[in-house]
Amino acid sequence: MAQTRFDRNAQLNGWAFIMPAMMLIGIFMVYPILWSLWMSFQVGRGTNFKFGGLANVERLLNDPVFLRALTNTCIFFIVQVPIMIILALLFAVALNDSTLRFRGLFRTAIFLPCVTSLVAYSVLFKSMFSGDGVVNNVLLATHLVNDPIPWLTDPFWAKIVIILAITWRWTGYNMIFYLAALQNVDKSIYEAARIDGVPAWARFTQITIPMLKPVILFTTIISTIGTLQLFDEVNNITQGGPGDATLTLSLYIYNLTFRFMPSFGYSATVSYVIVIMVAILSIAQFMIARDRRRTA
Amino acid sequence: MNFMIVRRAAVYLSLSIATFISIFPFYWMVVGATNESRDIVTGKSTIGTNLVANFQNLLAQVDLAQVFWNSAVVAIAATVLTLAVSSLAGYGFEIFRSRVRERIFQILLLLLSIPFAALMVPLFVMISRAHLSNTFTAVILPTVASIFIIFYFRQATKAFPGELRDAARVDGLKEWQIFLYVYLPSMRSTYAAATIIVFMTSWNNYLWPLIVLQTEDKKTITLVISSLTSAYTPDFGVILLSTVLATLPTLIIFFVLQRQFVQGMLGSVK
Repeated sequence: MAQTRFDRNAQLNGWAFIMPAMMLIGIFMVYPILWSLWMSFQVGRGTNFKFGGLANVERLLNDPVFLRALTNTCIFFIVQVPIMIILALLFAVALNDSTLRFRGLFRTAIFLPCVTSLVAYSVLFKSMFSGDGVVNNVLLATHLVNDPIPWLTDPFWAKIVIILAITWRWTGYNMIFYLAALQNVDKSIYEAARIDGVPAWARFTQITIPMLKPVILFTTIISTIGTLQLFDEVNNITQGGPGDATLTLSLYIYNLTFRFMPSFGYSATVSYVIVIMVAILSIAQFMIARDRRRTA
Repeated sequence: MNFMIVRRAAVYLSLSIATFISIFPFYWMVVGATNESRDIVTGKSTIGTNLVANFQNLLAQVDLAQVFWNSAVVAIAATVLTLAVSSLAGYGFEIFRSRVRERIFQILLLLLSIPFAALMVPLFVMISRAHLSNTFTAVILPTVASIFIIFYFRQATKAFPGELRDAARVDGLKEWQIFLYVYLPSMRSTYAAATIIVFMTSWNNYLWPLIVLQTEDKKTITLVISSLTSAYTPDFGVILLSTVLATLPTLIIFFVLQRQFVQGMLGSVK
């Protein structure tokens, strides 16, 4: 009898402790995401809308701006995420060597970009990459290029600026995860490999990467999800331009809802494209990890 | 042996280049705050004499005290509420386990990957219908129940000794008293790390405040920087000065509480 009263108490307390958070998540996450699903079947502008079936999906497939935003977003994460992950891994491995001098200094410096707000660093990059700005000056002075690069006015180079900017901001962040994971790797494995004459590069690919696979997978997922939602940088560095060269899905949703005559149903449909992509990527990456583990 | 030396040198060289690239924008920002706009866009990277003029121009365009007040109110309120609500939930999930609540926790795991871009349109409509547009309440409330922070606290609660709870229970403390008087003081470092993460996220938040806050008197520092930048002829001296001011608080937090900072960053997404 006493036991059941205790259990009931624990039950009540269990619900009481999580209730405020659950209510807020219900109101501000679950309800909106369901509402958004329902909205994606509605057509019309402003607050006048009616059921339109798959009309929004049809509009999506014939919308060149959407397709451009989708392509740009994919280019950003396909190019940027691997570059950043590899850089972060290399830095982490280099900084994990206890015989290296100035480790603390290097680590702090590479991590420092994480402290800036996305808007602040975007503005910095915009000013550094202006037509006759400091980056072009350096490149011209060192004769790496003969003519200034049209960073923000050329569709190709504008994408490069965005990729450079994100890489600058997030490499140190990912590096911290690898450094933390490397501390848990047994040093004697490396020692044994060294004695057996395994070269450094092979130690990196044969020991470090397999050991860090879970955390590499994890950082790849969060980086990809982050890049799929890219907004602050493109809105502040290029405003999606030139043309639509750096328009991303998030920026397009924002424009559809808040810059043009709002079409909530269509915005919701575009936003579900991001939801589906995030879901597919997460599932795919987990499956790859599981398969590798099985065959290993 | 020679090969080893070459490799060492290569490591130092690449780390030095990475350090330079990481630090340079900070230097650029500080130096830029002392220069005129036309010098900045033509790449002048030495200290100038325009700092005072930039400051005066900034003050002429922006009510700086109000803007900082807005950012501080939003960030501090968001931090206090998020920590309260999310640590309660993290503690609740870990201490009082039941099959239904474990299921709910798994659903939270799924919700974690829902991008904000998918929520912003319905949230905006909800906020407008509730007549909460252009209020700090609307900026703060949707961010309060942070799934990241709930995870973080659940994870940290695993290290909270059961004996402490048992002793407190024998002493006749109620569950909320145990949380408040036993758990909370013993988890100070967890709270410290979470505070840094939530404060930073909120201080730097851009997209949601951009959607919600419309009038000048409500704008936060990130919104001000952004609107200065999108001006027809942006004054980069003023803009870089305002980025210095916006970055200063987070930079100070980072250098003073570096350990908790990194710990929080690792923990909040574990």
